[in-house]
Amino acid sequence: MLTIGNYVKAKTLEEAYELNQARSSRVMGGMMWMRLGNARVKTVIDLSGLGLDQIEESDNVIKIGAMCTLRQIEESEALKSLYGDGIAEAVRHIVGVQFRNQATVGGSIYGRFGFSDVLTAFLALDTFVELYDGGTIRLSEFVKRKPDKDILMSVIVRKSKRKFRYESIRQTKTDFPVIACSVVTGMVHGKETWYFSVGARPMKAELLEKQWEIPDDASEELIADYARQAAAEFTYGTNMRGSAEYRQHLAEVLIRREMSSILAEGR
Amino acid sequence: MSREGNEKELRVVNHSVPKVDAKSLVTGKAVYTNDLAPSDCLIVKIIRSPYAHALIKDINTTRAEAVPGIECILTYKDCPDKRFTMAGQTYPEPSPYDRLILDQRMRFVGDAAAIVAGTSEEAVKKAMKLVKIKYEVLEPVLDFRKAKDNPILVHPEENWKSLCPVGADNKRNLCAHEVTEDGDIEAVLASCDYVIDRVYHTKANQQAMMETFRTCTYLDAYGRLNVVSSTQVPFHIRRILAHALDIPKSKVRVIKPRIGGGFGAKQTSVSEVYPAIVTWKTGKPAKIIYTREESLIASSPRHEMEMHVRLGADKDGNIRGIDLYTLSNTGAFGEHGPTTVGLSGHKSIPLYGSAEAFRFTYDVVYTNVMSAGAYRGYGATQGIFAVESAVNELAAVLGMDPTVLREKNMVREGQRMPAYYNEFAKSCALDRCMERAKKMIGWDEKYPCRDMGNGKVRGVGVAMAMQGSGISSVDTGSVIIKVNDDGFYSLMIGATDMGTGCDTILTQMAAECLDCEMSDIIVHGVDTDISPYDCGSYASSTTYVTGMAVIKTCESLRKKICERGAEYLDCSVDDVEFDGQNVTNLKTGESISRQEIGNRVMCFNNEALSASEAFSSPTSPPPFMVGIAEVEVDKETGVAEMVDYVAVVDCGTVVNPALARVQTEGGIAQGIGMALFEDIVYNSKGRNYSNSFMQYKIPSRLDVGTIRVEFESSYEPTGPFGAKSIGEIVINTPSPAISNAIQNATGVIIRELPMTAEKIYRGIQEKKG
Amino acid sequence: MEIQFILNKKQVSVEVNADSVLIDVLRSLGCKSVKCGCETTNCGLCTVWIDGKSRLSCSVLAAGVDGHEVTTMEGVEEEAAEFGEFLAAEGAEQCGFCSPGFIMNVLAMMRELENPSIEEIKEYLAGNLCRCTGYMGQLRAIQKYMEKRQSPVIKVREVQG
Repeated sequence: MLTIGNYVKAKTLEEAYELNQARSSRVMGGMMWMRLGNARVKTVIDLSGLGLDQIEESDNVIKIGAMCTLRQIEESEALKSLYGDGIAEAVRHIVGVQFRNQATVGGSIYGRFGFSDVLTAFLALDTFVELYDGGTIRLSEFVKRKPDKDILMSVIVRKSKRKFRYESIRQTKTDFPVIACSVVTGMVHGKETWYFSVGARPMKAELLEKQWEIPDDASEELIADYARQAAAEFTYGTNMRGSAEYRQHLAEVLIRREMSSILAEGR
Repeated sequence: MSREGNEKELRVVNHSVPKVDAKSLVTGKAVYTNDLAPSDCLIVKIIRSPYAHALIKDINTTRAEAVPGIECILTYKDCPDKRFTMAGQTYPEPSPYDRLILDQRMRFVGDAAAIVAGTSEEAVKKAMKLVKIKYEVLEPVLDFRKAKDNPILVHPEENWKSLCPVGADNKRNLCAHEVTEDGDIEAVLASCDYVIDRVYHTKANQQAMMETFRTCTYLDAYGRLNVVSSTQVPFHIRRILAHALDIPKSKVRVIKPRIGGGFGAKQTSVSEVYPAIVTWKTGKPAKIIYTREESLIASSPRHEMEMHVRLGADKDGNIRGIDLYTLSNTGAFGEHGPTTVGLSGHKSIPLYGSAEAFRFTYDVVYTNVMSAGAYRGYGATQGIFAVESAVNELAAVLGMDPTVLREKNMVREGQRMPAYYNEFAKSCALDRCMERAKKMIGWDEKYPCRDMGNGKVRGVGVAMAMQGSGISSVDTGSVIIKVNDDGFYSLMIGATDMGTGCDTILTQMAAECLDCEMSDIIVHGVDTDISPYDCGSYASSTTYVTGMAVIKTCESLRKKICERGAEYLDCSVDDVEFDGQNVTNLKTGESISRQEIGNRVMCFNNEALSASEAFSSPTSPPPFMVGIAEVEVDKETGVAEMVDYVAVVDCGTVVNPALARVQTEGGIAQGIGMALFEDIVYNSKGRNYSNSFMQYKIPSRLDVGTIRVEFESSYEPTGPFGAKSIGEIVINTPSPAISNAIQNATGVIIRELPMTAEKIYRGIQEKKG
Repeated sequence: MEIQFILNKKQVSVEVNADSVLIDVLRSLGCKSVKCGCETTNCGLCTVWIDGKSRLSCSVLAAGVDGHEVTTMEGVEEEAAEFGEFLAAEGAEQCGFCSPGFIMNVLAMMRELENPSIEEIKEYLAGNLCRCTGYMGQLRAIQKYMEKRQSPVIKVREVQG
């Protein structure tokens, strides 16, 4: 059972950061996962009064405040116009509308959970996180770090012409994924680059980057070869939702389907 | 079948009437156990064993007792050493007396080690952490295939006892054993052209009713133990608590408020004993509200069963013999162990009417996992998965359409059913159910499968099912109807509405019989001090058994109303008629209203105007049904998705079509969960991983596809208005029908539930070689 | 700590602990319609509205609703009863334990989506589990309720009455 000594609704980010430096302090997101733990938290810090619940679009980036709910990114026109239904697809299976009205992007990303669809989706995009103390760093770098006492302020996606696909396999439709895969492609420094992110392996999502030039009319066999290569570069584990071997097979199938879908769009 | 005595158009019965308690339910009124519990209740919680098998060597409660607000901490030393069963069954129970409220021996991870009661949740939780228990950890028996005659005994104790001859032997880890047969099965199978010889495995499943187990207790003005509990079996709870506490039954009163679902879970006394002993010892009101986790690790799920079927047929597809061996896992305690297993054969084998011989053998074993219990279908679900799957495998071997194979062999109206205690199928529309279900799904166009492109294929699959209507010669329902002032009626029942609507359908029957409106009748939820005896709502008994008691009671009451009317009209009872509103002297035309009779019996009256009758049946007429599933399988991933499910049910006359339809749809959805997702997973030490709704996945509305239900009624001559049961049968067809659809889509036959995508994928890989 | 919020259109102020959960506070304030079914945010029984949006009161810290507006079924009883009649006509309330959370989310959906399709309805309500009904009756009730609401001539009450 979670016990909390004090609840503080931070008035400034500075205050939040200072409070969070104590060992037994915790920043709360949507309270979806923290509440299920057994932590004894002295001070819980609520960021909901700091205006971090906005999705802001500028010429170069989309900035998603850490306190934005999953429902907000599901319905965001800005994200939709850039990546189609991909982002919505990544979150719409998560439990239910009520859950997504509550769970925050910051909570999902900061938690770096193995099952996280949100992390899997954003990892494949050109994504940064803005930290109060640590500045702005790539999400792929943040994922590798151990949780610390910094405060995640926003998730920043750099706008670029990239194609994005997201797919997952679940036992029931609203369960955690058995596997989740996103595939992104676009020109990076003049080279066609593919990004693959596979989550729920069941370990947390990792990113793979490949400079592959694949013609739009590539044969299914060729695409399948690429997918097999990509899927093979991740490691997989076994838990009650599936075996490592099955997960790798699923990753291969989903990556292939996503690549095919992207290539078909170019035709 | 004739409908004598029922030629009259039904006015209330067979109509979709909203439930009598609907308004309070849909506006969220405080009508459930926890809503009604006194605000000063002690909070009761259980410290649970972390080990699958252990002996408590020492419990130190000193520090915990010092926590402010702690009222008492009880250990096995505080509980009577007389064993009882928590199974809600008619006395003498077939389930062994193998329980104590608290025991020194821990038999599964989650078994109750100590009870903590205090004035607040915080205090109790704090105290729980301070209770120090020393365990001697023992090796558990976790594999139910190795339990029988294992040197490790789950119940070595000398005061274990079995009240009924069910073949139990605690020194062999055996909770029950039996062999029944008809004809020479070995000879028949030896002479068959084809014998399907297969093993099927169904897992433990959680009923997962939305309201977890909960009970509140207090002492009344007479010093008696009052128990408000979410239960299907109030009268059994009275007896169980008296046994558990070793007090006279007269000291216990059980009240059943509205219930948030049961599905059999609450046919076991899962939560009652704990607050009961606290109140009995302290004199203070107490309540226990099971967390969902407790409800998933220490409750009463479906018995896991492994079934070996041998099914023999000739080359034309005539099924000639069925041999079934069922191994059932009752877990740590024997609740419903000896009885559920029987249905795995008795409710599956008789579906095939022309078999020349059958044999049905079973063993029920103790293991160190959570005790099993009653879950909708009660063993029939497991047996029907096995036998119906075997029939579908036979169809594949014969190259025959599985619906045609069934049409050739299914039990027909009038046939004797040797594997069903030699009862006759007096009402049976199974053939019509099959015909209609095939039409609804478009079987002839869709069988066996259609390639949808994109690597997806849709298959259709079929299964049949039966159940009973109450336990023959055991289940008893009684009813009282009283006439009150202004002539309104009180319908007193002991049957337990747990959301199913029996308060409503029994009122419908009474209104029909008494020629009045439903609003002329009030119905009372169960209170063992007030309600007439009823064994409770389980075994698909309420509509049939208690329904007949309503009819008998109404007949008696009508006679009494006529007598009283004649007396007030000063004429012979032979000259009067009661039309529901008035008693009329047919000779003079003079009449007296029910209203006036009701008022007059409240003045200068020496005989209460009420009637009470009981009903019990020597037979248990089976409802029948056919279910057909259409499933889309992704051949690459193995993911199977429900597209469509059609069900046609013969429950005799449908008392309330709207409620019967929802019962059926709900049972099918639960069956879909069982077939595809639901599994209780233990680790190698016996720890239950499926301990939340995050891990134990029941279907959401996105997982069940479309479910379509129709009725094809027979007329059951022994039932109320021709009705049979509906509550349980509806969960039985999805597992075998979905398995058959996957088989017809991919050629893969899954013999172990749940049929996960990974199992299907592996099957497809194996077929590819 | 003391918090103040609007509960069913009335200002309330109540003493809570830092780790008090909204569902417990609401029930202690007499909103017994709010039910707990799972404790792990999976079942939807505890659905209430916070500032008009469906949320799971089992996972909201009471402290966090300070200054906000909370609505439970007690606050929309008339509307709940109106939809409830359609639910009851299908027999699809069954045990009724999930009905308050379910109905709260149905009413939220009716505010948020205009004329939702069957698929949209199923998606919106996917977080509301029900073990009794198999969901079909609930869907029929919603469809009939929507039909009646859209019909300008016949009012719901008249049809039902």
